[in-house]
Amino acid sequence: MKNKFVKWLSLPYAVWSIAFIIIPLLMVFYFGFTDKTGKPTLANIMSISLPVHFKSLLIALLLSLISTIICLLLSYPLAMILSSMNKDNNKLMILIFVLPMWMNFLLRTLAWQTLLENEGVINTILRSLHLPALKIINTPYAIVFGMIYNFLPFMVLPIYNVLCKIDKNLLNAARDLGANEVQTFFKVTLPLSVPGIISGITMVFVPALTTFVISDLLGGSKILLIGNVIEQEFTLNSNWNLGSGLSIVLMLFIVISMIITAVFDKDGEGSAL
Amino acid sequence: MSNKLITLENISKSYDNHLVLDEMNLYIRENEFVTLLGPSGCGKTTTLRILGGFETPDTGRVIFDGKDITKLPAYKRQLNTVFQKYALFTHMNIAENIAFGLKIKNKSKAYIDDKIKYALKLVNLEGYENRMPDSLSGGQQQRIAIARAIVNEPKVLLLDEPLGALDLKLRQDMQYELIRLKNELGITFIYVTHDQEEALTMSDTIVVMNQGYIQQIGTPEMIYNEPENAFVADFIGDSNIIDSIMIRDELVEILGVKFACVDKGFGENVHVDVVIRPEDVELVKPEDGTITGEVTHIIFKGVHYEMEVMANGYEWLVHSTKMYPVGEKVGIKVDPFNIQIMNKPESEDEEAVQVEE
Repeated sequence: MKNKFVKWLSLPYAVWSIAFIIIPLLMVFYFGFTDKTGKPTLANIMSISLPVHFKSLLIALLLSLISTIICLLLSYPLAMILSSMNKDNNKLMILIFVLPMWMNFLLRTLAWQTLLENEGVINTILRSLHLPALKIINTPYAIVFGMIYNFLPFMVLPIYNVLCKIDKNLLNAARDLGANEVQTFFKVTLPLSVPGIISGITMVFVPALTTFVISDLLGGSKILLIGNVIEQEFTLNSNWNLGSGLSIVLMLFIVISMIITAVFDKDGEGSAL
Repeated sequence: MSNKLITLENISKSYDNHLVLDEMNLYIRENEFVTLLGPSGCGKTTTLRILGGFETPDTGRVIFDGKDITKLPAYKRQLNTVFQKYALFTHMNIAENIAFGLKIKNKSKAYIDDKIKYALKLVNLEGYENRMPDSLSGGQQQRIAIARAIVNEPKVLLLDEPLGALDLKLRQDMQYELIRLKNELGITFIYVTHDQEEALTMSDTIVVMNQGYIQQIGTPEMIYNEPENAFVADFIGDSNIIDSIMIRDELVEILGVKFACVDKGFGENVHVDVVIRPEDVELVKPEDGTITGEVTHIIFKGVHYEMEVMANGYEWLVHSTKMYPVGEKVGIKVDPFNIQIMNKPESEDEEAVQVEE
């Protein structure tokens, strides 16, 4: 009786996921493997080898990889500081950190556009101080900057969570057995925080790889990421077949990155799979 | 007895203005099994953490083997700790856990392998090298924690309520195991517990603590038979602690009735506390007793009956192998040497006087 009832509770979600996840996914595969007349073809998939597509994929991989690494380097020390603070102080710190996430993603990125523009806020200030202006907008740097800014909390929080869960007695035990602070970090803290790192990497790398808004707003139209190419196929060229084909290629890369992270994360604690 | 290995001098420690240890003095000899015993919050774990180097005392010095180690960080100290919840490294297998300290000290692989074998044999867990800590029972994990500590050949092993998380049977087995280990290794054990039975079973010396003060230091027999004050008497085993008057040497008035005792030097007509262990209360026929009373409760405890006898306004706790039914009139007799006289605390401070051995 009870079990049946519990099963029915999952119905709304089942309907939701069929309507908005499974059917769209099937449609992507259908469009990706057919041409405009509905005939099966691999041409959409193979078009990734066109220089313009391939280049956009490489740039997307490169920029999201750089962003992920910088996010990790920024987040880990921050997460360590947060987890070592006492609970009252760190609640405020975490709030400050998470606060930007409550604001719309698009707005935040637009704000950075205004700040970074050639005649934007930052350059106006620099000029008034007689300092050389920054030419950062519409460069890959601006895109990486935007990615880091938007995705940093997704790296900090999982690492913070996993660091908080580490039993302080384990660190004491390591010190007790002769390990100094550095040795304790590399032999105990770091290995035990791997699940959080993996989770953070996945949560930063995947959205960074597929983004087109950040590159649109901060990269101008000069730098096309694979996300922008796909977006344009759907919206400008109305070529759903090609867009779907490239999406499938991108999905392949996401799956590969998840497999790589799952291999490193033996316990499966932090994996998003 | 052998030399003093560790001396604690005037150690004080407080957290957020709450005094946990107050001017504590204690020395520990080589090869001694010392137990710090007391209720939670008595300062016993803080003492251990100061010894281990995880806390720095506010005042005072820690002398180890003639050297002041008060400010020496934990990783440079020649002692190892067995933590309450084992604290095994969950990302390493058993062999790696045991090898942790040796690898840090850059010992050769052959030496480490030998040590792992030796340590696992010592704790009766041979062949467990490749298991992960999670796959072991609590008792096994605790033994690995001990193995991990002793391979470093510490001069002192600190044990922080190591058996607290184990069930009763396992705890008793582990008590014998620890005594055996201590004798085989020939090193000093400093053991923290709130379990008086554990303390009495294993220790050479017991340090009874309460509210940051040492209440009494002594052998298990001394602590049990001659408690210095009511706290120790109450904490170690069951006891009857009765408000009494010392009439003169070797005579005490308990509940209005005069009892012969063996203690002297308390003065005349002085208020004292009297401790009588429940197994030392003898129940006899009413006409043969020093006091008469009536049995009010009885419980069968296996080895003995636990009875409560109401006599002269006090409920006496009695352990006896002979059974008296509830309502029966009985006489109470106590041998003079089983009556332990203690000075009454004059103030709260004195309630926790420091007692030198």
